[in-house]
Amino acid sequence: MRYALFQGCHIPARLPQYETAARAVLKTLHVELVEIKEFNCCGYPVRNTDRTASLLAAGRNLALAQKHHLPLLVLCKCGYGQLRYAAHLLTEDPTLKTQLNQTLGKEGLTYTGATEIKHLLSVLYHDIGIEVIKETVTTPFTGLKIATHYGCHALRPSEIVAFDDPVNPTLFDELVEVTGAESIFWEARLECCGAPLFGSNDALAFSLMEKKITSARGAGAQYVAVACPYCHMQFDTVQKMMSIKNKTNHTLAPVLYPQLLGLSMGMDGESLGLGMNQLDITGVAGFVGG
Amino acid sequence: MAFTISLYAALAIFALGLIYKIGTWFTRKTSRSSQDMTTAHRLLAGIKGMILTLFSRKILTIITVFVLDGIFQRKVFRESPFRWLIHILLYGGFMLLLLMHALDRFIAGAINPGYAATLNPFLFLRDLFGALVIIGVLLALYRRFIMKAPRLTTTPMDTYAIVIVAVIMLSGIMLEGVKITSYTRYQQMVEDYAGLEEGEDDFKALTAFWVKEFHTVAPDLTEPISPELIEAGRELHEMSCMACHAKPQWAFTGYLISRAVTPVALPVDRAGIPTLLWYIHFLSCFVGLAYLPFSKFIHVITTPVSLMVNSVMDPASDPANIATRQALEFDACMHCGTCTNRCSVGVIYEQIPNPTILPSEKLASLKDYVRGKPLDEDTVKLIGEGTYLCTNCRRCTDVCPAGINLEELWFTMRERLLEQAGPTPLVLSPFSFFRGLNQHRLTEEAYTKPLTQTRAALTASYPLLHSTTGPLELTGSLELSAPAQSFSVCFGCQTCTNVCPVVASYENPQEILGMLPHQIMHAANVGIRDLALGSMMLWDCVTCYQCQEHCPQGVKVTEVLYELKNLAITTLHPKEQS
Repeated sequence: MRYALFQGCHIPARLPQYETAARAVLKTLHVELVEIKEFNCCGYPVRNTDRTASLLAAGRNLALAQKHHLPLLVLCKCGYGQLRYAAHLLTEDPTLKTQLNQTLGKEGLTYTGATEIKHLLSVLYHDIGIEVIKETVTTPFTGLKIATHYGCHALRPSEIVAFDDPVNPTLFDELVEVTGAESIFWEARLECCGAPLFGSNDALAFSLMEKKITSARGAGAQYVAVACPYCHMQFDTVQKMMSIKNKTNHTLAPVLYPQLLGLSMGMDGESLGLGMNQLDITGVAGFVGG
Repeated sequence: MAFTISLYAALAIFALGLIYKIGTWFTRKTSRSSQDMTTAHRLLAGIKGMILTLFSRKILTIITVFVLDGIFQRKVFRESPFRWLIHILLYGGFMLLLLMHALDRFIAGAINPGYAATLNPFLFLRDLFGALVIIGVLLALYRRFIMKAPRLTTTPMDTYAIVIVAVIMLSGIMLEGVKITSYTRYQQMVEDYAGLEEGEDDFKALTAFWVKEFHTVAPDLTEPISPELIEAGRELHEMSCMACHAKPQWAFTGYLISRAVTPVALPVDRAGIPTLLWYIHFLSCFVGLAYLPFSKFIHVITTPVSLMVNSVMDPASDPANIATRQALEFDACMHCGTCTNRCSVGVIYEQIPNPTILPSEKLASLKDYVRGKPLDEDTVKLIGEGTYLCTNCRRCTDVCPAGINLEELWFTMRERLLEQAGPTPLVLSPFSFFRGLNQHRLTEEAYTKPLTQTRAALTASYPLLHSTTGPLELTGSLELSAPAQSFSVCFGCQTCTNVCPVVASYENPQEILGMLPHQIMHAANVGIRDLALGSMMLWDCVTCYQCQEHCPQGVKVTEVLYELKNLAITTLHPKEQS
């Protein structure tokens, strides 16, 4: 299996452990990742400003992947949602596609709609499969309770992103359970983490996150599992910031899913970048093998 | 005489220019915190920093960086071996010419007492180095004007750089070519070194030999030349000339020119073209030298300095030195466009025609801004927006061959521009995430002011929402994209508002958010666009898509909110839309 790895902007700059951990587990699962240096912004942050510009940015990535005849493996939920959204619109509206190709044509690129867009979790679940992953889990967790955070832009709008059932998703839970950890049910699991508002309305971003943390902790979670840089930074850096500002200590630290999976595959915490979090998650390695 | 005067004049201008430039590095202010620093403070901090670094282990890092990134340009190679080749040809060839040819008396001559420009290996090497530069210039022209790298812009300064190098090189080669054929030059040399004058038999013999073997073009020499005469000439040549002259074929580029001009060599010589070319050659060199501190060639000094300084500085370094480094970095950019080529949002420039989105152009505009060039309000706003349309992916910084810490420069300048440019709706977008993460570097007031100011400005642009008197005017219908136009089937069930986590966050949401999602759909429907556009709900929408997912009518609620934001922004900045 070969994919073009789409990292987006934040991971290489601020969350290198996500890439490292994802590469490590995908290598174990015999997935080949191709790097396309020319990839650009997925277009998500520019949607507030200019819809056409955001489609252009997304479209250029789709065209680059098409040129390499590769499906995209996206690590970010916002990037995944944005690329799916762009692909959907470009299929629905041929005028938009013509417009896009006129601009892309200047640098010899073209997009016909041939690019498949997948998130890391959908590759693991659909393309590799729980059974295959299970075989690689050599040191499963015991007694670890995880709250899975699905992430809005992967789940909704479901008709466009087609990630899982938007009301009762199970994909992420199953992936967590295969590591031996228990995926608990929690009330706010499908709610937003607040990241899109951080930086523009911190109070609201904090309060949205606070609700999620309270819900997950109340349900007995020891960590929250994420698979998106925005969600991760929100639960990690921003939550730490919030706890200092509000002088609270009831935090719930986020673990990136490939870190969780990697540990259950017998990899050591350091190589998976457990030490790079703002909120300490090194304790999660203690649940391995029980 | 003219040579000496112009040389000293050029050197003087160069020296003054360099002193002026160095002065600006200690006086120009980038960050907010640098506004209150005195030049003396920055100079002292700079000297202290340099001394401390020189006597620490960091000196090893500096030397490594100087050799690998400065001399061998590792960073350029990593980014593009083709561009590395162009640059090595240009700069390597030019540097070698400078050392061996331009400074021959001081360097080549000092190292090797037997040095003569017309002896091998020097004769051959000069042409070889020149040829390297010419190939470099041709490849650079090819890349810039034929390959057409996307979004690579050419400024007058880029053109000047290529032109001045081309003039220096071509005049040098032409000069060499016509000098090979020049009879006047030959006469003079023979008089000086062999003591022979025109009319003497020996002169005739030597001329015959030189015409045959050295391709001098002499008048009154009738073919065929007798072998005896040439032989006699050879003896004279061996006696008087050979010690200083290798065959002209070794100077292969000049030789090619000489072959081409041979048919017209005599009139060219009589018209004084060799002298003219000599003037063009040395004057263009001196113009290049004098103008160097003010042109992009300053990067031969500033780029290595930037690379070395950045290799040992970190965010914890003395703020005075960071300010000085940033002022220097503006001069270390040679507008190569690597940053723009790799910029994550560069592509949106095709849609949003603000050149300061592109890092290389942003840097140029910010340089104008920092050096106090009078810029009108709109220009400052434009630079501000270009600086904000950045995902802070750090790719520009990672690839900059001059090692400029661009990410830091953007962060610094963004804050100053935000302060000056006034409300910009961009601060209410996910582009602010990075700024949020870095709020500890700003004062509380500096951090929140642009946000509150922009919210206030947006609210003020649509007074209808807050007016309690007067009629509710139909301020116009909305033309959105086909999916967003689905608001027209809204029947007001309020599901969107009921599932909205933002609405649920407030006790009295309308007070904070203005219109709620279902009300916005309704306002859009009945054609009161100002009510829809003026709601803070648009900017506080977390884009979680709960509303859209749950709408029983299939209204693309989130999409509508997104497009209303796009519209509200254009209303604040009508000028950019033209």
